[in-house]
Amino acid sequence: MSVVTLTINDKLVSAQAGQSLLSAIKDQGIDIPTLCCLEGLTDWGGCRLCMVEVVGSPRLVASCVTPVAEGMVIQTESQRLTAYRKMIVELLLSERNHICASCVMNGGCELQSVAAKLGVDHVRYDYLCPDLPMDASHERNVMDPNRCILCTRCVRVCDQVEGAHTLDVMGRGIQQRVIAGLNQAWGTSRSCTKCGKCVQVCPTGALFKKGATAAEMEKQHDFLIWILDGREKKIWRWS
Amino acid sequence: MNRTELYAMAQAELDRQQKFRCRLLCCASTPCISSGGTAVYEAVKQAIEAEGLQAEVEAVATGCVGPCSRGPLITVKMEGREDVVYEQVTPEMAARILDKHLRSKPVALDDKMLPADWPFFVKQKKIVLADSGTVDPEKLESYVARGGYTALGHALREMTPEEVCEEIARSGIRGRGGAGYPSGLKWHMVRKAPGEKKYVVANGDEGDPGAYMDRTLMESDPHRVLEGMAIAGYAVGADQGYIYVRGEYPLAAKRLEKAIRAAERRGLLGSRVLDSNFSFRIDIRMGAGAFVCGEETALMASIMGRRGQPVPRPPYPANKGLWGGPTLINNVETFGNIAAIIGNGAEWYASFGTEKSKGAKIFALAGKVNNTGLIEVPIGITLREIVYDIGGGIPGGRAFKAAQTGGPSGGCIPAEYLDTPIDYETLQKLGSIMGSGGLIVMDDQSCMPDVAKFFMEFCMDESCGKCTPCRVGTVQMHRMLDKITNGTATMDDLKRLEELCLMVKESSLCGLGQTAPNPIYSTLRYFRDEYEAHIKDHHCPAGVCQFGAKAV
Amino acid sequence: MTTTASNKVRLATAWFGGCAGCHMSLLDLDERLIDVVGLVDIVYSPVADIKVFPEGVDVTLVEGACCNDENVHLAHEVRERSKIVIAFGDCAVTGNVPSMRNRLDRDQMINSVYFEGPGKPPPTSVLGHFLPTLIPKVLPLHQVIPVDIFLPGCPPDPERIWAAIVALLKGEPVLLPEEMRSFG
Repeated sequence: MSVVTLTINDKLVSAQAGQSLLSAIKDQGIDIPTLCCLEGLTDWGGCRLCMVEVVGSPRLVASCVTPVAEGMVIQTESQRLTAYRKMIVELLLSERNHICASCVMNGGCELQSVAAKLGVDHVRYDYLCPDLPMDASHERNVMDPNRCILCTRCVRVCDQVEGAHTLDVMGRGIQQRVIAGLNQAWGTSRSCTKCGKCVQVCPTGALFKKGATAAEMEKQHDFLIWILDGREKKIWRWS
Repeated sequence: MNRTELYAMAQAELDRQQKFRCRLLCCASTPCISSGGTAVYEAVKQAIEAEGLQAEVEAVATGCVGPCSRGPLITVKMEGREDVVYEQVTPEMAARILDKHLRSKPVALDDKMLPADWPFFVKQKKIVLADSGTVDPEKLESYVARGGYTALGHALREMTPEEVCEEIARSGIRGRGGAGYPSGLKWHMVRKAPGEKKYVVANGDEGDPGAYMDRTLMESDPHRVLEGMAIAGYAVGADQGYIYVRGEYPLAAKRLEKAIRAAERRGLLGSRVLDSNFSFRIDIRMGAGAFVCGEETALMASIMGRRGQPVPRPPYPANKGLWGGPTLINNVETFGNIAAIIGNGAEWYASFGTEKSKGAKIFALAGKVNNTGLIEVPIGITLREIVYDIGGGIPGGRAFKAAQTGGPSGGCIPAEYLDTPIDYETLQKLGSIMGSGGLIVMDDQSCMPDVAKFFMEFCMDESCGKCTPCRVGTVQMHRMLDKITNGTATMDDLKRLEELCLMVKESSLCGLGQTAPNPIYSTLRYFRDEYEAHIKDHHCPAGVCQFGAKAV
Repeated sequence: MTTTASNKVRLATAWFGGCAGCHMSLLDLDERLIDVVGLVDIVYSPVADIKVFPEGVDVTLVEGACCNDENVHLAHEVRERSKIVIAFGDCAVTGNVPSMRNRLDRDQMINSVYFEGPGKPPPTSVLGHFLPTLIPKVLPLHQVIPVDIFLPGCPPDPERIWAAIVALLKGEPVLLPEEMRSFG
């Protein structure tokens, strides 16, 4: 595989052609906030937190969906980027009812930790406070759209790894919702295999195991890599 | 069908038309239909029958003539005489028109007659709309009689695909969908892109408020679009084309469907086009009411039956588009220009317009202007000529305040730039865009923060919701504008609004989000005092906004 | 930081719509409270029973979200009379649990709580006259008055409070480390 050379934060580095910019950045040990991206799933480019500055381009690019290119000059940190990332997290927090104190994922939530990391200590925008009913019809899991950030990890894992495609999104703009089946109660969906992968990949408390109470839920992302390594590389992790 | 047969068909149709002493062209595009055009057409046909004039007079349902606010329109074509256009025709007038022109009776109709030297007509340069209002959009022969499909025949027989692309490049035409990307460059890219199967897509998902150029073109002269697409297919090496028609345009879809069938039957589309080795099929895909599907990657997703959401570029459609194949996407108006360019040559086309923007552009003239309608003007014309000459000025003699071009992705041009020539570059410099061609004129009774709020509401409703800045950012921007227009905002809110605008512009995934803040930017740029009057003095200079709400 | 004649910082704490957990957390400073008391005068607080919010306050910690017109009124007083206003805990910072009512219609909610439920409904006059009126939406403090420092947490644990107090007393900007500034 051919190698390309690019500059990340003033350092000349090499990466494999076809690699995403985000993984090249991570290979350098540089920390960059992400929410919709998850190793093992296709890239989405929706949350926009992994934006970086490309010298010579007026627009910012989401590094997860941008392939590396020869001679690219990248900055992963700048005042502008920090300010924009903070604004994006604030927008996410204002969009739905993210009330950490009463959330099963309190303390383990990726949105919460990204907010703390970026120094979001308050939200400058109006809270939109939508009225969204929960779906607790599933025998094992609960869907709480109030915590959903529409990263579509659950939709992608359901389709790409489990192959069930029970979950999808409906509506557009702020009306967008993750739905089960044809917008039916999750428990009545016949395609759902109850595998629970969606719950494990969800970065927030939007999907959780039934019965979990505030700050009780822990999620594991590693399983995805175990499955995919076994499936694609025949590497089995029995531990 | 081969080229000889094509010419024969044209001649036969011309002969047929010349048998009539008089032809009455009744506009049957959506604006005239909505003002009663169908009844007028029926009345004209009845009057002809009632008077037994079937052999002498023909009534034709045509496409758009232009001055839509004056509809329904009838054009009287008589051999050896100048065309006469009647406005606001009622069914009752049909018989009188016949009396006047065929019986030479002294019927008083002059007040409904549009003057031949009317600036609305003479200031225009019709290239795409040249035959609109003259041909019968539901009749292939009618288009062929005007020289239709000869450019395709010429390209297939006398030009290599590379030469066709080069001809388009030399003409200097730029994409009419809004961004103004040089079409020739795009064609070359698709032609050179490696791939077994390539596609041509015509974007007819026109969604800007107040814009209906594409609809009119598809309704009035569908074969022109098809011919342009077929030439493009030959040039880039595609054998399949799709026309993506907005779901709200059933008439356009119907006429296109009919046109495709007719062209396929005569061998002008389908396999072995005009007896050459080139095959090209065109299918229609209907949108389902999403503005974002006008964005090319979302449009392709929609054609492929997926959720209409944009995906990041690169890869560009020219390299990897529909089902992974190289795909040429152009606006239907761009395709409308192609036959004229090939037929008359690149030099002819490049003689219109400005140095960097060639040809003519269709605008849908709307808002506070006397003559609203569809116009095609050479690029480089001034706004003043459009508003005051073609548009006939502002109703009630009020003052011109601004014109919004480019719809929700564009911006406004204030009165001090009335004399700036309109092309892609100058509009961009003024903080607006050419866009697909919506042009909304506003007088001094329009409140600019309110206008910005209107467009923001549109973007908010039409955001697909994939990326955060656009999905939530538009809602928050709309809220802030709402606060400004109801008098509860502070200067702090204005600052926050400007910061948010910049973030949404620079970090959104697709063009919808990236351009959503433009109406705010341009109104702030030229009318900041109006924003400040709302915030500081709780006063709306235009008298539009009501200040009742109280801040906590 | 300027101090009063007694050379102590004039500190106030206010309690809006919240569970008082943040005040509890403040008390959880435990023995460090003794150091604090040596350095500050508490001039207004729900635990000190002072009726009027005094003038010339140096620092005010506001717990709770703005839920009714009394909260809003006091918030404005706090802002006018304090040099530094701290949004103290998640309710003040985000609206938190009290803001869960925001998705409901205020009047319908009052109806179903006080009039449609079991038990004797209160006389309607009480709601308008003696009880503060609920504002249509619960608001975080910074949407009512300008706030200088945000201390998130439900409640902010004593370490966070202590870090903030130490910084304030030293006259330094309050910059909490990452682990001390998360919501929830």
